[in-house]
Amino acid sequence: MIDAVGHPSSLLLLGGTSEIGLAIAERYLADGPVRIVLAGRQSPRLADAAARLERAGGHVETVEFDAKDAAVHTEAVRKAFAGGDIDIAVVAFGLLGDQEKAWQDIDVAVELAEVNYVATVSVGVALAAEFRRQGHGRIVALSSVAGERARRSNFVYGSTKAGMDAFYTGLTEALRGDGIGVTIVRPGFVKTKMTAGMDSAPLATTPEQVAEITVGAVTKGRELVWAPPQFRYVMSVLRHIPRPIFRRLPV
Amino acid sequence: MAMARTVKTLVGWARTAPSRATVLSGDEVTSDVQLAEAVTTAGPRGVIPRGLGRSYGDPAVNAGGLVVDMTSRNRVHSIDAETGLVDVDAGVSLDTLMKVALPFGLWVPVLPGTRQVTIGGAIASDIHGKNHHSHGSFGNHVVAMDLLTGTGEIRRLEPEGPESELFWATVGGIGLTGIILRATVRMTKTETAYFVADTERTANLDETIERFSDGSDEAYDYSSAWFDSISTGPKLGRAALGRGSLARLDELPEKLRRDPLKFDAPQLATLPDVFPNGLANKATFSLIGELYYRKTKNKRGQIQNLTAFYHPLDLFGDWNRAYGSKGFLQYQFIVPLAAEAEFRSIIADIAASGHVSFLNVFKKFGEGNRAPLSFPMPGWNICVDFPIVDGLGRFCRDLDRRVLAMGGRLYTAKDSRTDAATFAAMYPRLDEWRKVRDAADPDGVFASDMSRRLALTS
Repeated sequence: MIDAVGHPSSLLLLGGTSEIGLAIAERYLADGPVRIVLAGRQSPRLADAAARLERAGGHVETVEFDAKDAAVHTEAVRKAFAGGDIDIAVVAFGLLGDQEKAWQDIDVAVELAEVNYVATVSVGVALAAEFRRQGHGRIVALSSVAGERARRSNFVYGSTKAGMDAFYTGLTEALRGDGIGVTIVRPGFVKTKMTAGMDSAPLATTPEQVAEITVGAVTKGRELVWAPPQFRYVMSVLRHIPRPIFRRLPV
Repeated sequence: MAMARTVKTLVGWARTAPSRATVLSGDEVTSDVQLAEAVTTAGPRGVIPRGLGRSYGDPAVNAGGLVVDMTSRNRVHSIDAETGLVDVDAGVSLDTLMKVALPFGLWVPVLPGTRQVTIGGAIASDIHGKNHHSHGSFGNHVVAMDLLTGTGEIRRLEPEGPESELFWATVGGIGLTGIILRATVRMTKTETAYFVADTERTANLDETIERFSDGSDEAYDYSSAWFDSISTGPKLGRAALGRGSLARLDELPEKLRRDPLKFDAPQLATLPDVFPNGLANKATFSLIGELYYRKTKNKRGQIQNLTAFYHPLDLFGDWNRAYGSKGFLQYQFIVPLAAEAEFRSIIADIAASGHVSFLNVFKKFGEGNRAPLSFPMPGWNICVDFPIVDGLGRFCRDLDRRVLAMGGRLYTAKDSRTDAATFAAMYPRLDEWRKVRDAADPDGVFASDMSRRLALTS
């Protein structure tokens, strides 16, 4: 159960090696014990992630989960809930991909669409069913500012996040009557291994900062947050800039 | 057959951690047969009884499951002035019980800080009051009760004999052994409904502890203190003490003697639900605290009514609204008397923490009872309440650690945030309780948000 000060007893990370997801788990562990279920492909990286959270004081279980195999999503989510109530589920998996390849190579484009959009939708449906049965809980969806307005430099990624963001926005409303909350987090450029080697962008942030903002939003029951928070205002301006000007901006 | 099932969002008295459940009321609750049917078919999320919702945290909420609103089971079956025994339904409030029993010269044996508590809740939390050092907790005064268990049978429990284990597991058992349907309670005989009270102020924490340690407490049936937890330095722990006993008829002034058993508990106003977050802050609390402290005079032998002596907060109905929508958190703990030095440093650290509390209660407790999950034991009992702000969780976790290290514990009727391992360490007889509970509820029908948070049931 999420207690009076917002601390959960249990946390499910879908995308068990996600750096932001792990930072969220560590942020909660700093405040007290949490049972953590890591859903991901069995791999040394997943084992490392589990060991890292155990060192931080977590009781960690792992569940086999492959984002690319939608046929097993329902079963994987059901297994994740089998060991007891899940208070918070973080939809943390996602691919960035090579953006220039992505709009020219069908396989790369479809893979991005399948992982970032199809899989998050399928997992969202499975989570909604489990949470409704359970009667309480909160879903955290890691979206991106890239979904708010498609840019030439990463529009395939942006389009998948736009779809995912729209799905979870709607899910927020669909689950409202059941007492289940959804928090959508839209980070900007986050310095992780996924972005290693890329040029840093303005308002760049870290997994720890995104985690801090996410935990604060969940505690307060907020449904949409940006990381860093200034992106809310930046994006509301960028959304309305005419295309001839927008395409010249260094974003 | 009127069935009434509604889906509702419920909270505890502190208005934190809202939780949706299907609430049962009407015939399904008042009929033994239908209630037993509802319990045995509760479904995977289980069922928990709820009274007047005065527990601060999550013992009477059950996300996704059933909650039985017991307040419609509210019959007073009999009152015997001679033996002092009353036979009442579990949904009867202490307020009602007091009003109906006073004309017979009978007084509710244990009264907490509010009378808006049901008999079932009083037993399930094994509540205590200002007379703990002289009269123990509520369970000590229960002669018998009927418990509807998870298998659908109704068992008659008594404190001694074959059913005594389940009796004491139910006392303080936060509704997880079954639903208390009805109880026989031994009341305290009284000649009047008034107190003879002595009030005094202490200048600092040393004086406060001294006043509770010098043996003077033994002269009173009722005793407790409000203390200052905001002022640091020499004023830290200064207190306003109120101690007294039920007045005898010959102690009352002429005017009150004409109707000595009159229920005399005025309420000024009910607070509206309009308070913004952040109103409960250091400036307002310091001011109200200063006023309350100064209002208390060093005076002996005053005749006071119930509200003045016992329930000053009842002057303001629904006072929990003053904390705004974010709610608040009560932190009540008890530590053994021997831990006095570390206990003093905890009080100092609360004052220095920046977390402000106004409703601070200080009391020295007497002996505990046999119930494995009963809170009281001989020691220093402290209750503070903090508005919910960032960092409060970490602060309370640190307090947990220190309370535990002193051999102390938290109170289930107040707790809304500790974790399972800490709770288990604070209640070393938890496994003994679990065994009795599991035997009475083999299918694990009874469950609450608290039982899940603290991993109390399997």
